[in-house]
Amino acid sequence: MPLRLYAAFIYVFLYAPIALIVFFSFNAGRYAMDWQGFSLEWYGKAFTNPIIVKALVTSITIASCTSIIATTVGTLCALGLERMRGWLRQLFDALIYIAIMVPGVVIGISTLIAFVTVFDAVNPTLEAIGMVRLQMGLWTVIAAHVLFNLAVVVLIIRARLAGMDRSLVEASEDLYATPFATFRQVVLPALMPSILAGLLLSFTFSFEDFIIAFFVAGPNTTLPIYVFSSIRRGVTPEINAIGTAVLLTSLTLLMLAQFLLRARTRSR
Amino acid sequence: MASAPASRSKAVTALLVAPAGLFFFFLLVLPLVVVIIYSFGARADAGGYAPAFTLENYANLPARGQAFFNTLTLAPLGTLLTVLFAYPLAYFLAVKASPNSRTLLLVLVIVPFWTSQLLRYYAWIMILGSKGIPSWLAYLGIADLRIINTPWAVLIGAVYGFLPLMVLPIYVSLEKLDKRLLEASADLGADSWRTFRQVTLPLSLPGVATGSMLVFILLMGEYILPQLLGGGKVFFIGNALVDLFLQSRNWPFGAAVSTALVAIMFVTIVVYMRFVLSRGDVRRAALV
Repeated sequence: MPLRLYAAFIYVFLYAPIALIVFFSFNAGRYAMDWQGFSLEWYGKAFTNPIIVKALVTSITIASCTSIIATTVGTLCALGLERMRGWLRQLFDALIYIAIMVPGVVIGISTLIAFVTVFDAVNPTLEAIGMVRLQMGLWTVIAAHVLFNLAVVVLIIRARLAGMDRSLVEASEDLYATPFATFRQVVLPALMPSILAGLLLSFTFSFEDFIIAFFVAGPNTTLPIYVFSSIRRGVTPEINAIGTAVLLTSLTLLMLAQFLLRARTRSR
Repeated sequence: MASAPASRSKAVTALLVAPAGLFFFFLLVLPLVVVIIYSFGARADAGGYAPAFTLENYANLPARGQAFFNTLTLAPLGTLLTVLFAYPLAYFLAVKASPNSRTLLLVLVIVPFWTSQLLRYYAWIMILGSKGIPSWLAYLGIADLRIINTPWAVLIGAVYGFLPLMVLPIYVSLEKLDKRLLEASADLGADSWRTFRQVTLPLSLPGVATGSMLVFILLMGEYILPQLLGGGKVFFIGNALVDLFLQSRNWPFGAAVSTALVAIMFVTIVVYMRFVLSRGDVRRAALV
């Protein structure tokens, strides 16, 4: 019985802060923890604020590109690693774990330094031949995000490949299917739930990342960067409204990812 | 596939991993190498980097000693507290909860972890801030208690933020535990505390080890948590790095600090694998 009480306490601990954000997003007053009555005012303000809308569009653009590139490159890599042996495979394994282990702040800093160094080296030449100067922008954020998410996607796809029934592939080969036909008709459908889960996970990771974008976004503002800077300016009720909307969206996406990952165990 | 000529098969493999290889090379290996090179350089007058070879940046690390001290005390302490809070819940879920509600309860533990970290800590700013818990405590006669911007706030945030990540591996190792062992222990006359201490706890250590490792790694590189709940007063290495790169623009020193951070994490992980997991059974079970 005390254990049951303890569990209840932990669930309250986990959900009270989230409930607080949702609750105060409907507050008519300006101040945190000071209920002034129900209102949808802050939702209206948040979604008509051009800075917020632009940050939201930027974040969605980055997250969409990141998730598509990371999932494609990651899936191909997992399929390739499956066919590899020896030191090169171990090297990839090591790189995947390093990409996941190195803290976001160090990824942000090191990619920033590398980008700046490369830009400084290349830009004089590019200018001389009349081409565009390279500079920080959405593409630098996308590149840095792909790196991290790529590693996650490889791990997810590999777990699925490891649990796959090899006899299906052999049967397909015995029936004279070309390697590509086997891939398209046997392997790909079996991998689909994991590919979709990887897509959704990397979208969420990219959409919610603050620290990497903070370093390499240049003059662009993503939604987390906007939220972070307004939190630093002080508590503003708009944040509660944006937060609730984002919360709802990301929860929906993650439930979907969870559902897809589960579908794979059931289909087996 | 097996019937294809070996050279063609190799070419396909190379094509499959090439894009990922390029990403890893240009966005992971190259940047990390550049950081290491910069860490031996000098600060240019306008900020940034000037080529040089000096160990001065490493000799200067104690200038950011407070950040290292905070990180190296609060990250292990936060990990330990998270274990203490997560264990009873994992035990409840694995052993006591009814099988029908178990899945739902487990999903409910994970869900908060997938919501934005910024927003969750923002909520704690409201809860721990002057209008939150301290103002309720004032009614009880405990006045002027400050929680926000103290190490306590950072520790609360650490437990809150990483509890789900700790509960899962502990739950997994407890769930695998053979319930007949508990019955055997009881039949042999052990009371429930002794059974827990001598049977359940040792068998769940792999889960505790995996969870601690995950949480510790993430806490070591944390930036948002100390920034929002420590309010610039309790800062981690991550905060020192942001300051060095974006405010004082001392890139070589920042590079040395990043190198030191990654080196500390790497050494910790290796030492941890060596000693804490030196028991073969724990190691095998912990890293699957």
